[in-house]
Amino acid sequence: MNQENSLEAEEKVILDDIASRLKVFGRERGELIPILQMIQERHAYIVEDAIKMTAEHLGIAICETYGVATFYNQFRFHPPGKNQIKVCLGTACHVRGGDIILENFERKLEIRDGETTPDREFSIERVVCVGCCALAPVAIVNETVQGHMAPSKVEGLILGFKIEKEKAEREKQKSEPAQ
Amino acid sequence: MSPLNNETVQKAFGVIRDEAKRRRDAFREEPVPKIQIGMATCGIASGALETKNAFEEVLAERKIEAHIRTVGCIGHCYAEPVVIMDHPESGFPPIFYHNVTPGKAKMLAKSFLEEGDPLFEHVLGAMEENDLVPQVLDFPRFNQEKRVVLEKCGRVDPEDIYEYIADGGYETLAKILQLAPNEIIEEVQKSGLRGRGGAGFPTGRKWDLARNADGQHKTVICNADEGDPGAYMDRTLLESNPHQVLEGMAICAYAVGAQKAIVYVRAEYPLAVKIVTKAIGQARELGLLGEGVLGSSFDLEIDVFQGSGAFVCGEETALIQSIEGNRGMPRHRPPYPVQQGLGGQPTVINNVKTLASIPPIIEHGATWFRAIGTEKSPGTAIFSVVGNIVHAGLVEIPMGVTLRTLIFDICGGVPNKKKFKAVQIGGPSGGCLPEDFLDTPIDFDSLIQAGAMMGSGGMVVMDEDTCMVDVSRYFLDFTQKESCGKCTFCRIGTHHLLNTLERITKGEGRDGDLEQLETLSEDIKDGSLCGLGKTAPNPVLTSLRYFRDEYEAHVKERRCPARMCRTLTAFYIDLDKCARGCDACVGSCPVEAIFTTKDRKKGVDQSLCVKCGECMVACPAEYDAVMKVSPPDLAPIIEQAVDD
Repeated sequence: MNQENSLEAEEKVILDDIASRLKVFGRERGELIPILQMIQERHAYIVEDAIKMTAEHLGIAICETYGVATFYNQFRFHPPGKNQIKVCLGTACHVRGGDIILENFERKLEIRDGETTPDREFSIERVVCVGCCALAPVAIVNETVQGHMAPSKVEGLILGFKIEKEKAEREKQKSEPAQ
Repeated sequence: MSPLNNETVQKAFGVIRDEAKRRRDAFREEPVPKIQIGMATCGIASGALETKNAFEEVLAERKIEAHIRTVGCIGHCYAEPVVIMDHPESGFPPIFYHNVTPGKAKMLAKSFLEEGDPLFEHVLGAMEENDLVPQVLDFPRFNQEKRVVLEKCGRVDPEDIYEYIADGGYETLAKILQLAPNEIIEEVQKSGLRGRGGAGFPTGRKWDLARNADGQHKTVICNADEGDPGAYMDRTLLESNPHQVLEGMAICAYAVGAQKAIVYVRAEYPLAVKIVTKAIGQARELGLLGEGVLGSSFDLEIDVFQGSGAFVCGEETALIQSIEGNRGMPRHRPPYPVQQGLGGQPTVINNVKTLASIPPIIEHGATWFRAIGTEKSPGTAIFSVVGNIVHAGLVEIPMGVTLRTLIFDICGGVPNKKKFKAVQIGGPSGGCLPEDFLDTPIDFDSLIQAGAMMGSGGMVVMDEDTCMVDVSRYFLDFTQKESCGKCTFCRIGTHHLLNTLERITKGEGRDGDLEQLETLSEDIKDGSLCGLGKTAPNPVLTSLRYFRDEYEAHVKERRCPARMCRTLTAFYIDLDKCARGCDACVGSCPVEAIFTTKDRKKGVDQSLCVKCGECMVACPAEYDAVMKVSPPDLAPIIEQAVDD
């Protein structure tokens, strides 16, 4: 219940922001993809109502807007996790076992690619070639490219995040009684 | 153009060039050591940022005076992070260091810059001829390349336009503004340059068609929607030397009579987008773009458009659709974009490498360019050689060099003493060529004859552990997802091909599957409109042609000869080799599939094993006890006693 409320509030903030940003864009059809990119860049995903707002701004049908947005791989329609994991499955990564890396992340986090963990800490996506083929297999964790991945490195990365989170929580607890 | 105009252009450019040279000389003459770090995406991925920070820290800490300069990528990805240190006072020439970790960086700063010891054990080579250190040019990875397009990459700072100008940049643009447009087109036609996007259409002819097409608002588009998984030279070029591309675009725009140009970059390349945008701003500031370029009557605005991740948008009509805000679906040609493109106006769409080839061609002349490469494919080709290869990275070679020279001599061959099996050229549209084709010269026509294609220049080398059926399945999985859905054969046909291949890799192949793959592949080629569908079956067709026995082993024997298809392989521990005392494999297993029996035998629970191969890596080399077999029933069964 609580979580739902916060998600709603979150979306409202996002929509207000988009409304103010839309003003700088023209109303030609050619602005559609730049607008969608702006939304995703600022908010990491495209909220359902944002599609409606974009369609109204450009004077085109909602289904048409949705059709374009879903055509391109870049656009996401669910909020990603705090830590975004992208596993490269380009040719070089595939030959060097990229799918095994993806599977290890999936197993470790108990989600499939394209999903977010219920606590919204992690999400996994597969990407096709980030152009670091010489370092294959590659995963991108929060914009940092991790080259020469191995199953053991997957465990290490996730453990690192968990330890950091626990540390942050401990520190928060420590500082709370003082206030 | 009037002689008055010529004078204005020359004068305007002279001022900029003098300033660039003054800056360069001032930098060169400063009597401090210079540290040059390669900072393109692959460098950063290998830790170049950390290396740079380490240098900054140690310089500040020990009060060493030195300049740190960031440059683009020189294409030697296997050696990243790459650092070149120039310390003239030490008596050594500029030295090239590879794999410079932060620790190594600190050590180098201390030993080389403070004590004058260049630490020979970390040196890859010297950048110039000298008596002390062997030159990098003595290595085949360096001396067999012929750099035309990548020449300045890794030498200039991509974020400083003056460095490019001091290195001879924009000189060509200033020169052509004094020529008539058709003179430029003639020169490009004479050079025989063919489009580097893969199809190899003569660039000069494309420009000529665009010049003669009717339309007031012509556009030039630089196609940097590098979608082929396994190719990244366009990105490197934009990140390492964006101005050469912009100069090529400006020359093209002047020649065809366009006032607007667009760089269409993949959104997956954020650094390239950032650097190109900055480069455009700098060029505009100096009057090399914008209204009245260099004081002439030629206007040009260049914008950046970010593609949103659709492989099919590399196709020119789909690319235009996406700029116009539609789904990127190709349309029928003719009319070609040079007649009716963006907004119905004539549009020239050239690949990044094609445009970057223009300034050198105009500078040195068509005859010079023709002397490189082969008669029908003059010039150079850039390949990203990756996969199971020792010296992975970008290589620019003259057309006509054989695959063997490229893979074995220049790139060092296959690592870990494995055997070479095949090389995949041209990505999802290309094909796999076996060993017999290693003496094929690399040019547009020979590759097509062999069943592959130049494509975008992705080259993935595969060793004996790579399953060709699985590689075909991989490519079909890619093209099937990327099919825009317009043509039935492409949409449903690729899906069906993929299903069949998936069944085969799982050991569920049936009689007649291979024949059906072949007929369906031909049908998809015939029934598709654009290059995606027309070439999507290529990986299947070439691998069926050259590696049919592997397909047959999968279908008839339920066996994967390369032991790659996971359903068809199993791991076990050879108890004769196993030391029994160590638990390295048990600890490494992510799913706890490896167990130890009471008498210290190690077994693998096949129902739990995910076949990741970690145990094989973990098992100490002196035992080498983990075995991989196909078909899976070859693995001996070890009972895991529940009690006692």
